[in-house]
Amino acid sequence: MSSNTLALEATGISKTFGNVIANDQINLEIKKGRIHALLGENGAGKSTLVNILFGLYKADSGTVRVDGKTVDLGRPKDAIDHGIGMVHQHFQLVPVLTVAENIVLGNEPSNKANVVDIESAKEKVRELAETYQLDVDTEAMVEDLPVGTQQRVEILRSLYRKADILILDEPTAVLTPQETDHLLQVLKKLATQGVAIIFITHKLREVLEVADEVTVMRNGQVVGSTTPAETDESGLAEMMVGRSVVLRVAKEEASPDKTVLKVNNLCVHDDRGILAVNDLSLEVRSGEIFGIAGVEGNGQRELVETITGLRNAHTGQILIGDSSITEFSPRQISELGVAHIPEDREKHGLIGAHSVADNLILNRYYKTPFSNNGIRQQKAIADYATEMVEKFDIRTPSIETPSSSLSGGNKQKAIAAREFSHDAKLLVASQPTRGIDVGSIEFVHQQLIQQRDQGLAVLLVSAELDEILSLSDRIGVIYRGSLIVTENSTDLDRNRIGRIMTTGSDST
Amino acid sequence: MSVKESKSIQQVLFSKRWWILTALILVIFTLWTAEFQEANTTAVLAGTLRHSTPLVLGAMCGLLCERSGVINIGIEGQMLMSAWGGFMIASTSGSLLLGVFAGIVIGMMMGAVLAGISVGLRGDQIIAGTVINIAAIGITSFFFSLGRTLPSGKTQVIKLGPLADIPVAGRVLFSNKPITFLTLLLIPTLWFLLFRTKWGLRTRAVGEHPSAAETVGVSVIGMRYFNVMMGGGVAGLAGAYLSLEAVGSFERGMTNGKGFVALAVMIFGRWNPVGAWGAALLFGYASAVQTQFQFRDWLTNDPQFIGIIPFVVTIVVLAGFVGRARPPASIGQPYSRE
Repeated sequence: MSSNTLALEATGISKTFGNVIANDQINLEIKKGRIHALLGENGAGKSTLVNILFGLYKADSGTVRVDGKTVDLGRPKDAIDHGIGMVHQHFQLVPVLTVAENIVLGNEPSNKANVVDIESAKEKVRELAETYQLDVDTEAMVEDLPVGTQQRVEILRSLYRKADILILDEPTAVLTPQETDHLLQVLKKLATQGVAIIFITHKLREVLEVADEVTVMRNGQVVGSTTPAETDESGLAEMMVGRSVVLRVAKEEASPDKTVLKVNNLCVHDDRGILAVNDLSLEVRSGEIFGIAGVEGNGQRELVETITGLRNAHTGQILIGDSSITEFSPRQISELGVAHIPEDREKHGLIGAHSVADNLILNRYYKTPFSNNGIRQQKAIADYATEMVEKFDIRTPSIETPSSSLSGGNKQKAIAAREFSHDAKLLVASQPTRGIDVGSIEFVHQQLIQQRDQGLAVLLVSAELDEILSLSDRIGVIYRGSLIVTENSTDLDRNRIGRIMTTGSDST
Repeated sequence: MSVKESKSIQQVLFSKRWWILTALILVIFTLWTAEFQEANTTAVLAGTLRHSTPLVLGAMCGLLCERSGVINIGIEGQMLMSAWGGFMIASTSGSLLLGVFAGIVIGMMMGAVLAGISVGLRGDQIIAGTVINIAAIGITSFFFSLGRTLPSGKTQVIKLGPLADIPVAGRVLFSNKPITFLTLLLIPTLWFLLFRTKWGLRTRAVGEHPSAAETVGVSVIGMRYFNVMMGGGVAGLAGAYLSLEAVGSFERGMTNGKGFVALAVMIFGRWNPVGAWGAALLFGYASAVQTQFQFRDWLTNDPQFIGIIPFVVTIVVLAGFVGRARPPASIGQPYSRE
């Protein structure tokens, strides 16, 4: 297998969304039989680029050549016809169809009368599964399968279409460490069989482990290409971030005071009734930031939802101040002085159709001065909103603009404005900087430090290890619903946290 | 590799035991009444089939649309337009066949209107359906003219040779009018198309997860246009049935809520043509019993009371089953690619 022939070549790809330049003159060369990692922070434009390559977005300019021929990728079908397959970040599988039906959909084996030959479909899927050691039950409904298996179905679907260029968009974000290792093995095997693989990630370890080539993107541009042999983790991180490796926020030593949040032996179930938080205990004191590091899906969401009253605890105790809050409603908890920056700002942070002003008073619209005997006080609301918009630099055409039309960063600033002006004792911040621009990230980080210095207790949950490392005073590493290690942030380094959060064990 | 065994017949029978029990009770009850009142029983059963025909056609229109992700609450209007249009063409041309054909074409055109608003322009599907219902009442009333008749009369009964001579079953099943026979053929055909063919698999995928279908090269917009128009055609057949086969003339508002009951039938039948047929027979039975009560002058002190039977059945069924039935996941949401 020649490893130097180009499978795919993209030249001068540009794409803008509104005022945002997502891709700016991107050049990319993908070789046959090689694993090409596309590395970059959230919002760097990686997903936009591969969505263009798969025909989901239309590039404003630029050309794509497959096997040396210029191709027009107007629709996913065009991409499929040219042998490009994609494993999506949000799986594109039909939950109520079986594995076999999902894999053959759009290219079904059939007789002349267009009757689907489901037995031959199952047989073909079984053959593929055996060839690539991707074990699946062809008759299972996709909705009943765990995430890792659903991903396998997506890979099989691309292989069924004889894809020789396979794009994987953040495939390891949803996987357990074992599943991740297995996936990386599969990718290596596919590459030896001549498949060109584009592997999107922001996890450096994975890049160094499997990639043959690396392209780094930042702010919509390619900032460099390298190979794992020529670089190491810190080198990659520097290319990715564009400045010194660990983005430490300037902060004073914390001066923690009395305990504000105390969680004792908490167990919580997830939506499927499986134990997601398992005998977890922690303590957050006023004036400190307690960071929870971990791979997503290890119980962080359930923990945060239980502390803020959105989910019931199974067993265990949560104390805020002196109150045991496991039976409290979200409003009662909020009134105790708990502020919450939720993980999903569109879904739980803002009411998109309501104005910026109404969203800014969402946690106390029913109190004076915003409400007088149940009547809204428009002037007080407007005055307050105007003040907040100015103070927190929320870029909005007016305070009456629906919050859904703000950019991600400004939405997050609006939520921060509401929650930081809450007279809170405790702030629960979940992924506070996910998917927002660098300027807004710095702003949110500074606010967190400032509030900490004024005596706020902060529980910070983030999938970004750098964020945890630079902000936290103490760090707990979560794995399968339990805190494996809790230590001062100065005693933990990146490698050790990474090891614990992926293996659940502290030993080398 | 573990391969699941397909369900054995025993398992299927057990999982559907309540339905089988209900059906058995109805059959035994019917046979028992047939012992001493054969004419009555035959009339009720024939009436059941007659009343169920437009309902199951309407329900199949609804499920064709909804399986691809488009809510169609305009079935009532589509049926009414076709009933009127089919009658006008048949009455002018003198050809019933041409009338039925016109009814189907008009139904497809109404389907195109719904698809144009809700799929093409990505408008609200409920509003699009309501527009069709209101427009149909207005248009058919405006162009309605008294005194028109069908020169050739309505469609005639076809007897399937010796089969039609079997007591009870012969009259009920094997001696019917053409659109009724066509409907009985259409039910298993549509089931087969939906669950065994490429088109059916793609339709169900589009209705559940349109972007997944799009990423494997299925045109969501194209599938929705096609299905909604086909559904309109089926609703058109139901309209033609009403004016050309059941009544033999056109009356204002002659669909009388059947398009809405058809939606209940579709839900009760869980978006499955065969299930919808069972549900339509239940509603048809309720209507047939009501008709017999009126015909026999039973309980005529309170005719309104008898008249509500089919609607009480609708309410009970919807209250009891709608919550548990799971519609295609993407219905009601306009689709756009970027």
